[in-house]
Amino acid sequence: MELLANLELGFETAMTPINLLWCFVGVLLGTLIGVLPGIGPTATIAMLLPITFTFEPVTALIMLSGIYYGAQYGGSTTAILINLPGESSSAVTAIDGYQMARKGMAGAALATAALGSFFAGSVATLILAVAAPPLARAALGFGAPEYFSLIVLGLIASIALAHGSIVKALAMIVLGLLLGMVGQDIYTGTPRFTFGYMELYGGINFVAVAVGVFGVAEILRNLENETTRDVMVKKVSSLWLTRAQFRAIIAPVLRGTALGSILGILPGGGHVLSSFASYSIEKRVSRHPEEFGKGAIAGVAGPESANNAAAQTSFIPLLTLGIPAHPVMALMIGAFIIQGITPGPNVIRDEPALFWGIIVSMWVGNLLLVILNLPLIGLWVRLLSVPYRVLFPAIVAFACIGSFAIGQNAFDVFAIAVFGLLGYTLIKLGCEPAPLLLGFVLGPLLEEHLRRAMIISRGDPMVFLERPISATLLALAALAVIVAVLPSVRRKRDQVFVEEE
Amino acid sequence: MDREKSIKDILSGLIFVVLGGAFGLAATGYEFGTALRMGPGYFPIVLAVVLVGLGGAILFKGLFASVEDRDLGIVSWRAVALVSGAVIFFGATVRGLGLAPALFVTAFVTSLASIENSVLRAGIIAAALTVFCVLIFSVGLGVAVPLVGPWLAG
Repeated sequence: MELLANLELGFETAMTPINLLWCFVGVLLGTLIGVLPGIGPTATIAMLLPITFTFEPVTALIMLSGIYYGAQYGGSTTAILINLPGESSSAVTAIDGYQMARKGMAGAALATAALGSFFAGSVATLILAVAAPPLARAALGFGAPEYFSLIVLGLIASIALAHGSIVKALAMIVLGLLLGMVGQDIYTGTPRFTFGYMELYGGINFVAVAVGVFGVAEILRNLENETTRDVMVKKVSSLWLTRAQFRAIIAPVLRGTALGSILGILPGGGHVLSSFASYSIEKRVSRHPEEFGKGAIAGVAGPESANNAAAQTSFIPLLTLGIPAHPVMALMIGAFIIQGITPGPNVIRDEPALFWGIIVSMWVGNLLLVILNLPLIGLWVRLLSVPYRVLFPAIVAFACIGSFAIGQNAFDVFAIAVFGLLGYTLIKLGCEPAPLLLGFVLGPLLEEHLRRAMIISRGDPMVFLERPISATLLALAALAVIVAVLPSVRRKRDQVFVEEE
Repeated sequence: MDREKSIKDILSGLIFVVLGGAFGLAATGYEFGTALRMGPGYFPIVLAVVLVGLGGAILFKGLFASVEDRDLGIVSWRAVALVSGAVIFFGATVRGLGLAPALFVTAFVTSLASIENSVLRAGIIAAALTVFCVLIFSVGLGVAVPLVGPWLAG
């Protein structure tokens, strides 16, 4: 019953005209950037973060979350119509979705993606609503040692689940942690690594880091070899499913939703992993595995549901613990902090309208996406013909204005260029940028909890192993590393991600 | 082929070692403290040592382990120079020139990073973008940056 009262509060908050409007703007923008390859939700949210400063906290967060899950929807449209994933999580959708489109079943593929996503999004939102309060209550009992271990687990798990070299990912995390140390020390006020620049006393601006590493570096990579996109399917007809098709997608959607909901909670791009995992499961349980890769509808339904479910449940660690599961959630932490709210277990108690408003808005947003996506498909198709050579100057322009507007500070703009170049260099050398951003955001938290824990324990590092919850979390982190370097898992992991390239 | 050195590992290892070393060196200037009362230098030095160690391991692997490594691929130096140059130009001039002129030049230079944009096309893109951004940011969202700055107002 408590849940109903809470959801009612959420509806009251989410359905105010202003919040509804910005939720709409968020999912619309999200779909837009999801459709366009070469710009993702990370860079977009980073650029828009400064603008939301003037909004009410709940409005800002509703819009920013809308961008994130809206992008998951939009990405599938591009994947199906031009065989290019608009988002990394829809890379799998391209395999069978594009084949369906080539057979003239683009409408069915798009409808499958939209319906599967809507179902998965609704279920996962409900899971979020049910699971968040008890988790937050449990987290309230966490002390500094538990938080330290939790952050360590989060960082480690994010690399175990990502692809690429594990040692390089570890190094990227540590580099991110070090970059997070820049600025005044919280306890003594000593300026660290500021080299006399007053601008660095508050730390490196993390919008600049995110925009540089995910925006500018990505542009430089796209400009290496420019190709013109080809929209194969210009006209999409019959945006509906036959009865047989509808029956064929029920089981994959259910399996994908379950899988995505679980994997989404895990740190480190759970939505990407879940769509790959769902695809291989569907292929394994299918009675016609030979159809996969040639336009199997289950190969669209499963992964699309999985990535959307994961997109919703990845909010769980953020809203209950204040720990981001991936870079987009790290930016959401930034959004909370800009609004003067510390994300964590206290939010649900201190700001119930905000908490439940965000959750309900996700369901509303998912509904808007279905309404928006199916009839507007013609618009998205036309959008795909906007060439990249027009698009990337716009991204650079927004990035510059956005980061300048936060503090009217030229230093932040220079930081974009620096981190763009650093990010591009490291990407070229085979280092994934996501762990760096996670480390950067979590660095100050990690240090604070470490120092606090050591004061509590009188300098005894055994405190992390003596407290049961903390010890369990650290054991899980150790397990994640061991599992990730096991040769058999390594090979599997490479297999799972091999299709993404 | 099987004993080829990995350029990617060697370079990235070196970068991590150098950055870790730089952070570590700078952090020795701050109070280290004890495990009980960690000073501002404690955690950064620990991290820097770890980073140097990881970088060293990557470097070592690049020098001695055999990997099926590909080369670095193409780098569009034109794009690297023009895009980062344009961003720095914006930061340096937005106060002096004001939003509209600084943005126009930035968008123009950025557009030229694509080999598919001619000077004329870049000009059109830059003009359209400037109008668009002024409408959104200054008129729509009320971002407080003067459209034309003091350098041009004189």
